[in-house]
Amino acid sequence: MKHLLSTLDLSYQDAISILDTAEAMAAVGEREVKKLPALRGRTVVNLFFEDSTRTRISFEAAAKRLSADVINFSAKGSSVSKGESLKDTAQTLAAIGADAVVIRHGASGAPARLANSGWIDAAVLNAGDGTHEHPTQALLDAFTMRRHWAQLHGVPSSGTDLAGMHVAIVGDILHSRVARSDLWLLKTLGADVTLVAPPTLLPFGVESWPCKVSYSLDETLETKPDAVMMLRVQAERMHSAFFPTVREYSRRYGFDDVRLDRLDALGMDNTILLHPGPMNRGLEISSRAADSPRSTVLAQVSNGVSVRMAALYLLLSGEGSSPRTPQEVSAQ
Amino acid sequence: MDPSGPPQAHLPARTVLTSADIDRVLTRIAYEILEANKGGTDLVLMGIPRRGYPLARRLAAKIAAADPTVNAEAITGQLDVTMFRDDLAHQPTRPPHPTQLPAGGIDGKVVVLVDDVLYSGRTIRAALDALIDLGRPRAVRLAVLVDRGHRELPIRADHVGKNLPTAAVEKVRVRLAETDSPALDEVVIEGAA
Repeated sequence: MKHLLSTLDLSYQDAISILDTAEAMAAVGEREVKKLPALRGRTVVNLFFEDSTRTRISFEAAAKRLSADVINFSAKGSSVSKGESLKDTAQTLAAIGADAVVIRHGASGAPARLANSGWIDAAVLNAGDGTHEHPTQALLDAFTMRRHWAQLHGVPSSGTDLAGMHVAIVGDILHSRVARSDLWLLKTLGADVTLVAPPTLLPFGVESWPCKVSYSLDETLETKPDAVMMLRVQAERMHSAFFPTVREYSRRYGFDDVRLDRLDALGMDNTILLHPGPMNRGLEISSRAADSPRSTVLAQVSNGVSVRMAALYLLLSGEGSSPRTPQEVSAQ
Repeated sequence: MDPSGPPQAHLPARTVLTSADIDRVLTRIAYEILEANKGGTDLVLMGIPRRGYPLARRLAAKIAAADPTVNAEAITGQLDVTMFRDDLAHQPTRPPHPTQLPAGGIDGKVVVLVDDVLYSGRTIRAALDALIDLGRPRAVRLAVLVDRGHRELPIRADHVGKNLPTAAVEKVRVRLAETDSPALDEVVIEGAA
Protein backbone atom coordinates (compact mmCIF):
# COMPACT_ATOMS: atom_id res chain seq x y z
CA MET A 1 0.00 0.00 0.00
CA LYS A 2 1.53 3.30 -1.07
CA HIS A 3 -1.56 5.54 -0.98
CA LEU A 4 -5.00 5.39 0.59
CA LEU A 5 -7.30 6.78 -2.10
CA SER A 6 -10.48 4.70 -1.95
CA THR A 7 -12.08 1.75 -0.24
CA LEU A 8 -13.25 0.32 -3.58
CA ASP A 9 -9.77 -1.01 -4.35
CA LEU A 10 -8.86 -1.83 -0.74
CA SER A 11 -8.32 -5.56 -0.35
CA TYR A 12 -9.81 -7.59 2.51
CA GLN A 13 -6.33 -8.22 3.98
CA ASP A 14 -5.36 -4.54 3.86
CA ALA A 15 -8.66 -3.49 5.44
CA ILE A 16 -8.29 -5.99 8.29
CA SER A 17 -4.66 -5.01 8.76
CA ILE A 18 -5.58 -1.30 9.07
CA LEU A 19 -8.38 -2.10 11.55
CA ASP A 20 -6.17 -4.40 13.64
CA THR A 21 -3.38 -1.81 13.72
CA ALA A 22 -5.96 0.79 14.76
CA GLU A 23 -6.95 -1.48 17.63
CA ALA A 24 -3.35 -1.38 18.89
CA MET A 25 -3.23 2.40 18.35
CA ALA A 26 -6.40 2.89 20.38
CA ALA A 27 -4.53 1.72 23.49
CA VAL A 28 -2.10 4.64 23.15
CA GLY A 29 -4.92 7.11 23.79
CA GLU A 30 -5.42 5.60 27.24
CA ARG A 31 -1.79 5.87 28.31
CA GLU A 32 -0.02 8.48 30.36
CA VAL A 33 2.26 9.48 27.47
CA LYS A 34 -0.05 9.59 24.46
CA LYS A 35 2.75 9.58 21.93
CA LEU A 36 4.72 7.04 19.93
CA PRO A 37 8.01 7.80 18.20
CA ALA A 38 7.21 5.79 15.06
CA LEU A 39 7.10 8.70 12.59
CA ARG A 40 9.69 10.95 14.18
CA GLY A 41 11.22 13.27 11.60
CA ARG A 42 8.47 12.69 9.04
CA THR A 43 6.34 15.54 7.74
CA VAL A 44 2.61 15.20 7.18
CA VAL A 45 0.83 17.98 5.28
CA ASN A 46 -2.89 18.49 5.76
CA LEU A 47 -4.01 19.96 2.44
CA PHE A 48 -7.62 21.06 2.84
CA PHE A 49 -9.36 22.72 -0.08
CA GLU A 50 -12.74 22.26 1.62
CA ASP A 51 -13.89 23.08 5.12
CA SER A 52 -13.54 20.42 7.77
CA THR A 53 -13.45 20.26 11.54
CA ARG A 54 -13.14 16.69 12.66
CA THR A 55 -11.27 15.16 9.76
CA ARG A 56 -8.51 17.77 9.88
CA ILE A 57 -8.24 17.78 13.67
CA SER A 58 -8.32 13.99 13.67
CA PHE A 59 -5.53 13.68 11.11
CA GLU A 60 -3.52 16.31 12.97
CA ALA A 61 -3.94 14.49 16.30
CA ALA A 62 -3.09 11.16 14.66
CA ALA A 63 0.10 12.49 13.06
CA LYS A 64 1.17 14.22 16.27
CA ARG A 65 0.60 11.08 18.37
CA LEU A 66 3.02 9.33 16.03
CA SER A 67 5.54 12.19 16.51
CA ALA A 68 5.34 13.41 12.90
CA ASP A 69 5.61 17.10 12.10
CA VAL A 70 2.33 18.52 10.86
CA ILE A 71 1.81 21.37 8.42
CA ASN A 72 -1.76 22.56 8.05
CA PHE A 73 -2.84 24.14 4.83
CA SER A 74 -6.29 25.40 4.02
CA ALA A 75 -7.20 26.90 0.68
CA LYS A 76 -8.68 29.96 2.36
CA GLY A 77 -5.88 32.39 3.07
CA SER A 78 -3.38 30.58 0.82
CA SER A 79 -2.06 31.24 -2.66
CA VAL A 80 -4.85 29.04 -4.02
CA SER A 81 -7.08 32.10 -3.74
CA LYS A 82 -4.53 33.88 -5.97
CA GLY A 83 -5.06 31.18 -8.60
CA GLU A 84 -2.28 28.68 -7.82
CA SER A 85 -2.91 25.29 -9.43
CA LEU A 86 -2.93 21.92 -7.68
CA LYS A 87 0.27 21.05 -9.54
CA ASP A 88 2.15 24.09 -8.28
CA THR A 89 0.87 23.52 -4.75
CA ALA A 90 1.97 19.88 -4.92
CA GLN A 91 5.43 20.81 -6.18
CA THR A 92 5.77 23.36 -3.40
CA LEU A 93 4.97 20.63 -0.87
CA ALA A 94 7.46 18.28 -2.53
CA ALA A 95 10.15 20.96 -2.27
CA ILE A 96 9.38 21.38 1.43
CA GLY A 97 9.89 17.64 1.86
CA ALA A 98 6.45 16.29 2.71
CA ASP A 99 6.37 12.54 3.39
CA ALA A 100 2.58 12.29 3.36
CA VAL A 101 -0.15 14.52 2.02
CA VAL A 102 -3.63 14.35 3.45
CA ILE A 103 -5.87 15.95 0.87
CA ARG A 104 -9.49 17.03 0.88
CA HIS A 105 -10.71 18.52 -2.37
CA GLY A 106 -14.06 19.48 -3.85
CA ALA A 107 -13.25 17.71 -7.11
CA SER A 108 -13.69 13.93 -7.28
CA GLY A 109 -10.39 12.35 -8.24
CA ALA A 110 -8.10 15.15 -7.08
CA PRO A 111 -6.23 12.83 -4.63
CA ALA A 112 -5.75 10.21 -7.36
CA ARG A 113 -4.39 12.93 -9.66
CA LEU A 114 -1.95 13.99 -6.94
CA ALA A 115 -0.87 10.39 -6.31
CA ASN A 116 -0.38 9.35 -9.94
CA SER A 117 0.84 12.51 -11.61
CA GLY A 118 4.47 12.30 -10.49
CA TRP A 119 4.31 15.86 -9.14
CA ILE A 120 5.18 14.69 -5.67
CA ASP A 121 6.69 11.48 -4.28
CA ALA A 122 4.73 11.30 -1.04
CA ALA A 123 2.05 9.00 0.31
CA VAL A 124 -1.35 10.47 -0.49
CA LEU A 125 -4.30 9.97 1.86
CA ASN A 126 -7.73 10.88 0.57
CA ALA A 127 -9.62 12.85 3.23
CA GLY A 128 -12.69 13.28 1.04
CA ASP A 129 -12.87 14.20 -2.65
CA GLY A 130 -16.07 15.65 -4.09
CA THR A 131 -18.80 13.02 -4.14
CA HIS A 132 -16.32 10.19 -4.74
CA GLU A 133 -14.81 8.67 -1.58
CA HIS A 134 -13.81 9.32 2.04
CA PRO A 135 -11.90 6.14 2.94
CA THR A 136 -10.73 6.98 6.48
CA GLN A 137 -14.31 7.82 7.48
CA ALA A 138 -15.44 4.42 6.17
CA LEU A 139 -12.61 2.73 8.06
CA LEU A 140 -13.53 4.41 11.33
CA ASP A 141 -17.20 3.51 10.79
CA ALA A 142 -16.20 -0.10 10.14
CA PHE A 143 -13.92 -0.01 13.19
CA THR A 144 -16.80 1.23 15.38
CA MET A 145 -19.19 -1.38 13.96
CA ARG A 146 -16.61 -4.16 14.32
CA ARG A 147 -16.05 -3.38 18.01
CA HIS A 148 -19.81 -3.50 18.56
CA TRP A 149 -20.25 -6.66 16.47
CA ALA A 150 -17.34 -8.47 18.16
CA GLN A 151 -18.53 -7.50 21.64
CA LEU A 152 -22.00 -8.77 20.78
CA HIS A 153 -20.56 -12.14 19.79
CA GLY A 154 -18.10 -12.27 22.66
CA VAL A 155 -14.99 -12.42 20.48
CA PRO A 156 -11.96 -10.09 20.39
CA SER A 157 -12.33 -7.51 17.60
CA SER A 158 -8.81 -8.02 16.22
CA GLY A 159 -8.85 -10.23 13.16
CA THR A 160 -12.64 -10.43 12.84
CA ASP A 161 -14.79 -8.94 10.07
CA LEU A 162 -18.43 -7.91 9.79
CA ALA A 163 -19.81 -11.12 8.24
CA GLY A 164 -23.58 -11.28 8.69
CA MET A 165 -24.00 -7.73 9.98
CA HIS A 166 -26.92 -5.78 8.51
CA VAL A 167 -26.27 -2.07 8.04
CA ALA A 168 -28.71 0.57 6.82
CA ILE A 169 -27.29 3.78 5.36
CA VAL A 170 -29.94 6.47 5.37
CA GLY A 171 -30.20 9.89 3.73
CA ASP A 172 -28.47 11.91 1.08
CA ILE A 173 -26.75 9.05 -0.79
CA LEU A 174 -26.47 11.12 -3.98
CA HIS A 175 -24.00 13.67 -2.60
CA SER A 176 -22.39 11.43 -0.02
CA ARG A 177 -18.82 10.23 -0.46
CA VAL A 178 -19.14 8.61 2.96
CA ALA A 179 -22.01 6.40 1.75
CA ARG A 180 -19.95 5.21 -1.22
CA SER A 181 -16.80 4.49 0.80
CA ASP A 182 -18.86 2.82 3.53
CA LEU A 183 -20.68 0.62 1.04
CA TRP A 184 -17.53 -0.69 -0.68
CA LEU A 185 -15.72 -1.34 2.61
CA LEU A 186 -18.70 -2.93 4.38
CA LYS A 187 -19.21 -5.26 1.40
CA THR A 188 -15.51 -6.20 1.49
CA LEU A 189 -15.85 -7.01 5.19
CA GLY A 190 -18.92 -9.17 4.59
CA ALA A 191 -21.78 -6.96 5.82
CA ASP A 192 -25.17 -6.60 4.10
CA VAL A 193 -25.99 -3.01 3.24
CA THR A 194 -29.35 -1.36 2.58
CA LEU A 195 -29.40 2.18 1.23
CA VAL A 196 -32.44 4.20 2.29
CA ALA A 197 -33.25 7.49 0.55
CA PRO A 198 -35.90 9.29 -1.42
CA PRO A 199 -35.54 8.47 -5.14
CA THR A 200 -34.29 11.99 -5.85
CA LEU A 201 -31.32 11.51 -3.52
CA LEU A 202 -30.13 8.21 -5.02
CA PRO A 203 -27.40 8.32 -7.67
CA PHE A 204 -27.91 7.22 -11.26
CA GLY A 205 -27.10 3.51 -11.64
CA VAL A 206 -27.58 2.66 -7.96
CA GLU A 207 -29.34 -0.60 -8.95
CA SER A 208 -25.98 -1.96 -10.11
CA TRP A 209 -24.40 -1.38 -6.67
CA PRO A 210 -23.95 -4.42 -4.40
CA CYS A 211 -26.72 -3.49 -1.96
CA LYS A 212 -30.46 -3.33 -1.41
CA VAL A 213 -32.24 -0.04 -2.00
CA SER A 214 -35.31 1.10 -0.08
CA TYR A 215 -37.43 4.26 -0.23
CA SER A 216 -38.88 3.77 3.25
CA LEU A 217 -36.97 4.10 6.50
CA ASP A 218 -39.79 2.52 8.52
CA GLU A 219 -39.89 -0.60 6.32
CA THR A 220 -36.12 -0.94 6.64
CA LEU A 221 -36.30 -0.64 10.42
CA GLU A 222 -38.81 -3.54 10.39
CA THR A 223 -36.01 -5.74 8.97
CA LYS A 224 -34.05 -5.08 12.21
CA PRO A 225 -30.69 -3.73 11.00
CA ASP A 226 -27.77 -4.07 13.44
CA ALA A 227 -26.50 -0.58 12.66
CA VAL A 228 -28.19 2.51 11.24
CA MET A 229 -25.95 5.11 9.66
CA MET A 230 -27.57 8.54 9.29
CA LEU A 231 -26.03 10.82 6.66
CA ARG A 232 -25.96 14.57 6.79
CA VAL A 233 -28.23 16.48 4.42
CA GLN A 234 -25.59 18.34 2.42
CA ALA A 235 -27.31 21.66 1.83
CA GLU A 236 -24.12 23.16 0.40
CA ARG A 237 -24.11 20.67 -2.48
CA MET A 238 -27.83 20.93 -3.21
CA HIS A 239 -28.42 23.38 -5.99
CA SER A 240 -31.94 22.27 -6.85
CA ALA A 241 -34.94 20.96 -4.96
CA PHE A 242 -34.42 17.32 -4.04
CA PHE A 243 -37.31 17.18 -1.60
CA PRO A 244 -40.42 19.36 -1.19
CA THR A 245 -39.77 20.65 2.32
CA VAL A 246 -37.31 20.07 5.12
CA ARG A 247 -40.20 19.05 7.35
CA GLU A 248 -41.29 16.32 4.95
CA TYR A 249 -37.75 14.95 4.67
CA SER A 250 -37.33 14.98 8.42
CA ARG A 251 -40.66 13.21 8.95
CA ARG A 252 -39.96 10.44 6.41
CA TYR A 253 -36.18 9.99 6.55
CA GLY A 254 -35.06 11.61 9.81
CA PHE A 255 -34.20 9.51 12.85
CA ASP A 256 -36.62 11.21 15.22
CA ASP A 257 -37.84 10.41 18.73
CA VAL A 258 -40.71 8.26 17.41
CA ARG A 259 -38.32 5.99 15.51
CA LEU A 260 -35.94 5.88 18.47
CA ASP A 261 -38.80 4.55 20.65
CA ARG A 262 -39.75 2.11 17.91
CA LEU A 263 -36.34 0.44 18.14
CA ASP A 264 -37.16 -0.38 21.76
CA ALA A 265 -40.68 -1.50 20.83
CA LEU A 266 -39.26 -3.82 18.15
CA GLY A 267 -36.84 -5.29 20.68
CA MET A 268 -33.75 -4.09 18.82
CA ASP A 269 -31.67 -3.63 21.96
CA ASN A 270 -28.35 -4.02 20.16
CA THR A 271 -28.87 -1.69 17.22
CA ILE A 272 -26.41 1.20 17.14
CA LEU A 273 -26.84 4.59 15.52
CA LEU A 274 -23.96 6.15 13.61
CA HIS A 275 -23.52 9.60 12.11
CA PRO A 276 -20.36 10.85 10.38
CA GLY A 277 -20.96 14.41 11.59
CA PRO A 278 -21.46 17.28 11.51
CA MET A 279 -25.05 16.63 12.55
CA ASN A 280 -28.06 18.73 11.59
CA ARG A 281 -29.89 18.13 14.85
CA GLY A 282 -33.64 18.06 14.26
CA LEU A 283 -33.25 17.40 10.52
CA GLU A 284 -31.76 13.96 9.85
CA ILE A 285 -31.36 13.06 13.53
CA SER A 286 -33.19 14.26 16.64
CA SER A 287 -31.28 15.52 19.65
CA ARG A 288 -32.55 12.70 21.83
CA ALA A 289 -31.43 10.08 19.29
CA ALA A 290 -28.03 11.75 18.88
CA ASP A 291 -27.44 11.75 22.64
CA SER A 292 -28.95 8.31 23.34
CA PRO A 293 -26.81 5.35 24.48
CA ARG A 294 -27.30 3.85 21.01
CA SER A 295 -25.48 6.74 19.39
CA THR A 296 -21.78 6.13 18.63
CA VAL A 297 -21.10 9.64 17.32
CA LEU A 298 -18.40 10.47 19.88
CA ALA A 299 -16.89 6.97 19.80
CA GLN A 300 -16.60 7.43 16.02
CA VAL A 301 -14.58 10.62 16.55
CA SER A 302 -12.11 9.01 18.96
CA ASN A 303 -11.89 5.87 16.82
CA GLY A 304 -11.12 8.18 13.90
CA VAL A 305 -7.82 9.17 15.50
CA SER A 306 -6.82 5.51 15.98
CA VAL A 307 -7.75 4.56 12.42
CA ARG A 308 -5.85 7.52 10.95
CA MET A 309 -2.81 6.69 13.10
CA ALA A 310 -2.95 3.18 11.68
CA ALA A 311 -3.22 4.45 8.10
CA LEU A 312 -0.35 6.90 8.53
CA TYR A 313 1.81 4.26 10.23
CA LEU A 314 1.18 1.61 7.58
CA LEU A 315 1.81 4.04 4.70
CA LEU A 316 4.88 5.73 6.18
CA SER A 317 6.76 2.80 7.67
CA GLY A 318 8.12 -0.21 5.90
CA GLU A 319 10.85 -0.83 3.39
CA GLY A 320 11.71 2.00 1.05
CA SER A 321 9.50 4.49 2.89
CA SER A 322 12.49 6.73 3.43
CA PRO A 323 15.59 7.08 1.29
CA ARG A 324 18.48 4.91 2.44
CA THR A 325 21.82 6.42 3.29
CA PRO A 326 24.78 5.37 1.08
CA GLN A 327 26.22 3.34 4.01
CA GLU A 328 23.03 1.34 4.34
CA VAL A 329 22.93 0.65 0.60
CA SER A 330 26.54 -0.57 0.55
CA ALA A 331 25.93 -2.73 3.62
CA GLN A 332 23.40 -4.76 1.68
CA MET B 1 6.05 -9.74 3.29
CA ASP B 2 7.23 -12.91 5.01
CA PRO B 3 9.42 -11.63 7.87
CA SER B 4 11.65 -14.67 7.70
CA GLY B 5 12.74 -13.65 4.19
CA PRO B 6 12.96 -15.79 1.06
CA PRO B 7 12.94 -19.55 1.59
CA GLN B 8 16.51 -20.71 1.91
CA ALA B 9 18.19 -23.81 0.57
CA HIS B 10 18.46 -26.75 2.91
CA LEU B 11 20.31 -25.48 5.95
CA PRO B 12 21.96 -27.82 8.38
CA ALA B 13 20.07 -27.38 11.66
CA ARG B 14 21.22 -28.31 15.15
CA THR B 15 19.03 -28.42 18.24
CA VAL B 16 20.73 -26.60 21.09
CA LEU B 17 17.92 -26.67 23.67
CA THR B 18 15.22 -29.32 23.87
CA SER B 19 11.89 -28.95 25.58
CA ALA B 20 13.26 -30.37 28.85
CA ASP B 21 16.32 -28.07 28.63
CA ILE B 22 14.10 -25.02 28.18
CA ASP B 23 12.02 -26.00 31.21
CA ARG B 24 15.13 -26.47 33.40
CA VAL B 25 16.62 -23.19 32.18
CA LEU B 26 13.40 -21.28 32.96
CA THR B 27 13.25 -22.83 36.44
CA ARG B 28 16.81 -21.65 37.11
CA ILE B 29 16.08 -18.13 35.79
CA ALA B 30 12.94 -17.95 37.97
CA TYR B 31 15.03 -18.74 41.07
CA GLU B 32 17.73 -16.29 39.97
CA ILE B 33 15.13 -13.54 39.61
CA LEU B 34 13.75 -14.30 43.08
CA GLU B 35 17.24 -14.37 44.57
CA ALA B 36 18.35 -11.12 42.94
CA ASN B 37 15.13 -9.43 44.03
CA LYS B 38 15.33 -10.92 47.55
CA GLY B 39 11.81 -12.36 47.18
CA GLY B 40 8.79 -11.69 45.05
CA THR B 41 7.81 -8.22 46.27
CA ASP B 42 7.32 -5.47 43.67
CA LEU B 43 8.28 -7.83 40.87
CA VAL B 44 6.82 -7.35 37.37
CA LEU B 45 7.62 -9.47 34.31
CA MET B 46 7.12 -7.77 30.93
CA GLY B 47 7.34 -10.07 27.92
CA ILE B 48 8.29 -8.68 24.51
CA PRO B 49 6.07 -10.05 21.68
CA ARG B 50 5.88 -12.47 20.31
CA ARG B 51 7.86 -15.14 22.15
CA GLY B 52 8.92 -13.09 25.16
CA TYR B 53 5.35 -12.98 26.44
CA PRO B 54 4.78 -16.75 26.79
CA LEU B 55 8.24 -16.98 28.37
CA ALA B 56 7.27 -14.28 30.88
CA ARG B 57 4.08 -16.20 31.71
CA ARG B 58 6.02 -19.41 32.29
CA LEU B 59 8.57 -17.62 34.46
CA ALA B 60 5.76 -15.99 36.48
CA ALA B 61 4.15 -19.39 37.07
CA LYS B 62 7.45 -20.80 38.32
CA ILE B 63 8.06 -17.76 40.54
CA ALA B 64 4.54 -18.14 41.97
CA ALA B 65 5.20 -21.82 42.64
CA ALA B 66 8.35 -20.95 44.56
CA ASP B 67 6.93 -17.93 46.41
CA PRO B 68 3.26 -18.40 47.41
CA THR B 69 2.82 -14.65 48.08
CA VAL B 70 3.13 -14.00 44.33
CA ASN B 71 0.12 -14.09 41.99
CA ALA B 72 1.43 -15.07 38.54
CA GLU B 73 -1.36 -13.31 36.60
CA ALA B 74 -0.96 -10.05 38.51
CA ILE B 75 2.77 -9.65 37.80
CA THR B 76 2.84 -10.48 34.08
CA GLY B 77 2.45 -8.05 31.21
CA GLN B 78 3.24 -7.65 27.54
CA LEU B 79 5.30 -4.78 26.17
CA ASP B 80 5.07 -3.96 22.48
CA VAL B 81 8.17 -2.24 21.13
CA THR B 82 7.22 -2.03 17.42
CA MET B 83 6.67 1.72 17.36
CA PHE B 84 9.93 2.39 19.18
CA ARG B 85 12.20 0.48 16.81
CA ASP B 86 14.95 2.36 14.96
CA ASP B 87 14.56 0.32 11.77
CA LEU B 88 10.90 0.99 10.94
CA ALA B 89 11.79 2.64 7.63
CA HIS B 90 14.06 -0.19 6.51
CA GLN B 91 12.09 -3.32 7.33
CA PRO B 92 8.81 -4.60 5.96
CA THR B 93 5.94 -2.99 7.86
CA ARG B 94 5.50 -4.67 11.23
CA PRO B 95 2.00 -4.92 12.68
CA PRO B 96 1.96 -3.65 16.27
CA HIS B 97 0.95 -5.96 19.12
CA PRO B 98 -1.10 -4.89 22.12
CA THR B 99 0.66 -3.71 25.25
CA GLN B 100 -0.82 -5.08 28.47
CA LEU B 101 0.23 -3.68 31.80
CA PRO B 102 -0.23 -5.72 34.96
CA ALA B 103 -2.99 -4.40 37.22
CA GLY B 104 -0.54 -2.77 39.65
CA GLY B 105 1.21 -0.79 36.90
CA ILE B 106 5.01 -0.49 36.77
CA ASP B 107 5.65 2.64 38.86
CA GLY B 108 8.16 1.86 41.59
CA LYS B 109 8.33 -1.82 40.57
CA VAL B 110 11.29 -3.95 39.58
CA VAL B 111 10.53 -4.70 35.93
CA VAL B 112 12.14 -7.75 34.37
CA LEU B 113 12.07 -7.57 30.56
CA VAL B 114 11.75 -11.05 29.06
CA ASP B 115 12.70 -11.94 25.48
CA ASP B 116 13.69 -15.07 23.60
CA VAL B 117 16.93 -14.10 21.86
CA LEU B 118 19.34 -11.29 22.71
CA TYR B 119 21.25 -10.30 19.57
CA SER B 120 22.05 -6.70 18.55
CA GLY B 121 20.39 -5.25 21.67
CA ARG B 122 18.23 -2.91 19.57
CA THR B 123 14.97 -4.52 20.62
CA ILE B 124 15.89 -3.98 24.26
CA ARG B 125 16.83 -0.36 23.52
CA ALA B 126 13.33 0.08 22.04
CA ALA B 127 11.81 -1.72 25.03
CA LEU B 128 13.51 0.67 27.47
CA ASP B 129 12.03 3.63 25.59
CA ALA B 130 8.60 2.00 25.48
CA LEU B 131 8.77 1.27 29.21
CA ILE B 132 9.62 4.85 30.15
CA ASP B 133 6.49 6.09 28.35
CA LEU B 134 4.40 3.81 30.56
CA GLY B 135 5.77 4.79 33.96
CA ARG B 136 8.87 4.89 36.14
CA PRO B 137 10.09 1.50 37.33
CA ARG B 138 12.44 1.36 40.34
CA ALA B 139 14.78 -0.86 38.38
CA VAL B 140 14.79 -2.65 35.01
CA ARG B 141 16.40 -6.05 34.51
CA LEU B 142 16.69 -8.29 31.48
CA ALA B 143 16.11 -12.03 31.23
CA VAL B 144 16.63 -13.87 27.92
CA LEU B 145 16.44 -17.51 26.91
CA VAL B 146 19.41 -17.29 24.55
CA ASP B 147 22.24 -14.77 24.27
CA ARG B 148 23.83 -15.17 20.85
CA GLY B 149 26.30 -12.26 21.03
CA HIS B 150 26.99 -9.64 18.30
CA ARG B 151 25.80 -6.70 20.42
CA GLU B 152 25.58 -3.32 18.69
CA LEU B 153 24.65 -1.37 21.82
CA PRO B 154 26.00 -1.32 25.39
CA ILE B 155 23.31 -3.69 26.73
CA ARG B 156 23.71 -6.94 28.68
CA ALA B 157 21.30 -9.44 30.16
CA ASP B 158 21.02 -10.05 33.93
CA HIS B 159 19.66 -13.57 33.52
CA VAL B 160 20.69 -15.72 30.55
CA GLY B 161 19.29 -19.17 29.77
CA LYS B 162 22.13 -20.18 27.48
CA ASN B 163 25.10 -18.34 26.05
CA LEU B 164 25.30 -19.39 22.43
CA PRO B 165 28.36 -18.28 20.44
CA THR B 166 27.20 -17.85 16.84
CA ALA B 167 28.33 -16.49 13.52
CA ALA B 168 26.29 -13.62 12.13
CA VAL B 169 25.23 -15.73 9.13
CA GLU B 170 23.65 -18.35 11.39
CA LYS B 171 20.02 -18.12 12.46
CA VAL B 172 18.78 -18.93 15.95
CA ARG B 173 15.17 -20.14 15.88
CA VAL B 174 13.15 -20.38 19.05
CA ARG B 175 9.91 -22.33 18.88
CA LEU B 176 7.43 -22.31 21.73
CA ALA B 177 4.28 -24.37 22.10
CA GLU B 178 2.20 -21.20 22.67
CA THR B 179 3.22 -19.35 19.50
CA ASP B 180 4.44 -21.83 16.92
CA SER B 181 3.17 -24.77 14.97
CA PRO B 182 3.92 -27.60 15.33
CA ALA B 183 3.40 -26.83 19.02
CA LEU B 184 6.67 -27.77 20.65
CA ASP B 185 9.52 -26.16 22.57
CA GLU B 186 12.97 -26.03 21.06
CA VAL B 187 15.88 -23.79 20.18
CA VAL B 188 17.55 -24.60 16.87
CA ILE B 189 20.61 -23.09 15.25
CA GLU B 190 20.47 -23.06 11.45
CA GLY B 191 23.12 -22.48 8.84
CA ALA B 192 25.93 -23.73 11.09
CA ALA B 193 28.97 -24.95 9.22
